Amino acid sequence: MASTRKLHAGGRRFAARFLTLPAAVGLVSLTACAGSSSSTTGTTTASLTPAIYVDGVRVGDTAPPSPDPRIGLKAGWFDAGEAAWNLRVVSTTKPSKDFINESTPGDRRLINSDLAFTGRYVVQGNYSGYQVWDISNPARPSLATAYVCPGSQSDVSVYKNLAFVSGESTAGRIDCGLQGVPDTVSLDRLRGIRIFDISDIAKPKYIASVQTCRGSHTHTVVEDPNDKANVYIYVSGSAAVRSPSELPGCSGAAPEEDPNSALFRIEVIQVPLAAPAQAKIVSSPRIFSDLTAPPRHAEPDPPRGGRGGAGAAGGGRARTGPTQCHDITVYPAIGLAGGACGGYGLLLDIRDAAHPSRIGAVADSNFSFWHSATFNNDGSKILFSDEWGGGSAPRCRSTDKMEWGADAIFTLRNNTMTFKSYYKMPAAQTATENCVAHNGSLIPIPGRDVMVQAWYQGGISVFDWTDAEHPVEIAFHDRGPLDAENLLSAGSWSVYWYNGYMVSSEISRGLDIFELVPSGFLTQNEIDAAKTVHLDHLNTQGQPKFVWPPSYPLARAFVDQIERSGGLAAARITAVRAELDRTERLGGQQRREGLAQLASQIDNDARGARDAAKVRMLAGAVRDVSNAQR
Amino acid sequence: MRRSPRIRAGALLAVVAIAACSGATQSSAGGNAFASPAEQARADGGIPAWTDADVHFMTGMIGHHAQAVQMAGWAKSHGASESLQRLCERIVVGQRDEIGLMQAWLRRRGLTVPDGDPATAHMMPGMDHPMLMPGMLTADQMAELDASRGVEFDRLFLTYMIMHHQGAITMVEQLFASWGAAQDDMIFKFASDVNVDQTTEIDRMNLMLAALPAGGGD
Repeated sequence: MASTRKLHAGGRRFAARFLTLPAAVGLVSLTACAGSSSSTTGTTTASLTPAIYVDGVRVGDTAPPSPDPRIGLKAGWFDAGEAAWNLRVVSTTKPSKDFINESTPGDRRLINSDLAFTGRYVVQGNYSGYQVWDISNPARPSLATAYVCPGSQSDVSVYKNLAFVSGESTAGRIDCGLQGVPDTVSLDRLRGIRIFDISDIAKPKYIASVQTCRGSHTHTVVEDPNDKANVYIYVSGSAAVRSPSELPGCSGAAPEEDPNSALFRIEVIQVPLAAPAQAKIVSSPRIFSDLTAPPRHAEPDPPRGGRGGAGAAGGGRARTGPTQCHDITVYPAIGLAGGACGGYGLLLDIRDAAHPSRIGAVADSNFSFWHSATFNNDGSKILFSDEWGGGSAPRCRSTDKMEWGADAIFTLRNNTMTFKSYYKMPAAQTATENCVAHNGSLIPIPGRDVMVQAWYQGGISVFDWTDAEHPVEIAFHDRGPLDAENLLSAGSWSVYWYNGYMVSSEISRGLDIFELVPSGFLTQNEIDAAKTVHLDHLNTQGQPKFVWPPSYPLARAFVDQIERSGGLAAARITAVRAELDRTERLGGQQRREGLAQLASQIDNDARGARDAAKVRMLAGAVRDVSNAQR
Repeated sequence: MRRSPRIRAGALLAVVAIAACSGATQSSAGGNAFASPAEQARADGGIPAWTDADVHFMTGMIGHHAQAVQMAGWAKSHGASESLQRLCERIVVGQRDEIGLMQAWLRRRGLTVPDGDPATAHMMPGMDHPMLMPGMLTADQMAELDASRGVEFDRLFLTYMIMHHQGAITMVEQLFASWGAAQDDMIFKFASDVNVDQTTEIDRMNLMLAALPAGGGD
């Protein structure tokens, strides 16, 4: 698409700013962005097949809209074209006044980054600090506080009354000043983890910093079920190692030369909950040691002999293998973590939180920069993403391969990862849209593996990976490029499901909140069942295990799934639904007995059913609702 | 620590930029010249201050990348193995995009923009002879690689590209060792990406090199 459209900012042509510095700055009134604005966006789907519309949103069919409405969207900052399919925009909120300069789009100091949730609040990182939004009314988020403290990339996490913020850049200051740190060695510099007391979330107190040799690109809060006095933080840092004159003990030498090298390790910080200001590094696990090269999936050539794995080559050759991780997702419920680490996807045993150890590794010829990991809820699959190009590059053009800059899905059995497929947001984007696989989370659709994921300016994509070999997109939202002629950073950094909504951190445009709508892929019952899962906080990289409380929507969601798969005769489906409806109208004891009887009937149905496993899940869900009645 | 306190910004903003940067040598938060990052961004027109070291890095890396793209572009015609062809395809796409990013950064600041042509891109502005950035191949080494075929191409390519990538990492180290450099997050992020991406690829290429059949050349 060769659009000649220009982005207007403050009435001036943006493109002109590339060559001429603004003669007058600060003329644009910011009153418009002092608060939040919300809008509901119509859809631009187009198809010849009949469709049902609810609130202007097309529902009911499973055929992807054709042509794909994401292609050819109008460029713009706050007036870009939008396309949505099987989801609804609940609100779009501009950054607060300290974090937006409406004169110049794409300023990298004002990038919105990752999200963490606590209670009714979402903490949104920004390269210059963070903002806290009250999202109790998702249609109208309100600003609780905006905390200025530069030092990209401000990856954020929360734990009880504490918030943790990553600082990696060499410009970050301990005192949160805006002036940067030009000296190559300076005690003013902060690279590591900042710790805030958010007991009063509207007035965060900066209580401590933990400095690390490579800074913190991302971090992961790890709750150790056997250690309630502390919480742990795994720090992943991939930037340059700093001088020992700035932080004693830091060494960028090879481990063979200096056993204390900051390379080839991660850092583990222990935060004593009774005295969080005393947080400190307690271990630096060398989780890459003796990493022999795992079989590389998609390698076109068979080994031609003489193949030596990393660490196996010997003979004085430089040590190979990753020197760092980009991100680690821990899943304490199953005692495992997935580490996306410099060319490898690692499986870690985290049952001793302070001392993670590697128990598996995969590599893939189509992957370059392993970014992050997501487990499915029962821990039988793991998905790794490849942020090829670091998120700054346009890797979703029609010329970019579908297996590059994508997700790789593996089954996980007995700690062995087996490659099954790739997934990539399928709509081609322009050359001025940074686009690659980025952060996402599971959506608690019971009985299925459904995930929502950010693709920067490729928008957000919701996909089902229940069938590990055939992931399929089931909903999306996208905007046109921030600028038609220049590649400027924008788009969704992260999008996570939190208590019924999908909350997205838009790099340049603020905070977006989405809601799923029913479609041929997803029924209202399944969405309602997902909404029964309540979390009191969420750090997506500290993956929680979803548990569905007993409910009618849960039972009905399973009925819908059994109908979709043809897992039970149609007459039985109808009868089960009728009985669910009937018992729901009854009082306690009658409901209890009616449901118990229904559960027994469904147990019988399971014998010989085409989808026996799911029918048994239905029986269990019905029995749970029965038992919940008093 | 070598000090080169030359911070560049557009003429209209020079005063503001210098004020901001002299503040940086103060250790207290009182050094803040602005009330918020938004105010700072409005004052400098969305263009943070930069140094000669930043320009040297962004300019020099264009030539460095251009040579890598040229080398990788030979994989198919020179009979490289399939796995090397795949790696080379990634290098071509990845580094070509990064050349665009560096050019945009220079263009936005009104600086000289190398065109990314491998024949001329490593000519530094103001110099009348080519200056090879760390790890770059000499004309003779390029000719040697261009003359090789098959397994020999694989071996030479991997050997030289490992050297080339190590040179890029050296350039990143030099950047971070320069006073005032990489304070612009665009440069910090790009340099960090080069560091991590090329470290990862060196690891990969070491494995590929170790997997080549023994012998057959020096």
